[in-house]
Amino acid sequence: MTMKWEKTPLKSDMARAQGLGSAKSGTEHWMMQRITAVSNAVLMIWAIFSLVGLIGQGVDYQTFTLWLAKPLNAILMVLFIVSTFTHACLGAQVITEDYVHNEGFKTLKLVAQKLFFIGLGFACVFSILKIAL
Amino acid sequence: MTQKSNTPKKRERPLSPHLQIYAPQMTWVPSIMHRIAGGALAIGTLMIAWMLIAAAYGPEQFECFMDFATHPVGLLMLFGWSVALFYHMFNGIRHLFWDMGYLFKLQNAKRAGLVVFAASALATLLLWLPLI
Repeated sequence: MTMKWEKTPLKSDMARAQGLGSAKSGTEHWMMQRITAVSNAVLMIWAIFSLVGLIGQGVDYQTFTLWLAKPLNAILMVLFIVSTFTHACLGAQVITEDYVHNEGFKTLKLVAQKLFFIGLGFACVFSILKIAL
Repeated sequence: MTQKSNTPKKRERPLSPHLQIYAPQMTWVPSIMHRIAGGALAIGTLMIAWMLIAAAYGPEQFECFMDFATHPVGLLMLFGWSVALFYHMFNGIRHLFWDMGYLFKLQNAKRAGLVVFAASALATLLLWLPLI
């Protein structure tokens, strides 16, 4: 479908033929980065004080899993993983887009890191659920 | 794309100076540090994942993670992680203020940068002091 404004000569014919220009999806990326920034800030304070406290005391397996199995901790940990991994995935994408200029390698790296964060994120969530349930 | 053969040879133009030429300023130093910290934190997710997955596997695997985490090298990484995290968090809040249209006056932007550095140091101290 062609929209009326797409016929207006804001782009050169060559640019239109090549399909270059706005991907029309930048706002979502920007907004999601901000939303997860806010949720990160809240969840991170809980996470860092808890984790550094536990690891600093040399926590053992029993204590750690009992701690993580408490519903509140498990819920916060799942939210923490989803929020931070989403934020990291979006941020890493921008860094790659800014600094990698070889088109082929850039595409490969973007796909690889997206899969990395999705894969690792799911592994984390599964692990939390296995301990908590 | 193919270039026409009759295009003139690319002339050597003067380049804009690189980062090491510029004097450190409260504008660009926190900005690039924000990126570096963010990149480090993104890689640091591997440690979080190791911790959780090891705990899901069982006591032996978790002990293996804890041996590393409580080793001086591991503790140093944990400390670095916390510094990067607090910095990225406070500077991120500074960015959110900019997104809302505040702190654009140069003097205020610079002051906020100093506040970010101070807050990061203070939070790191607050986190680690009880453990010493």
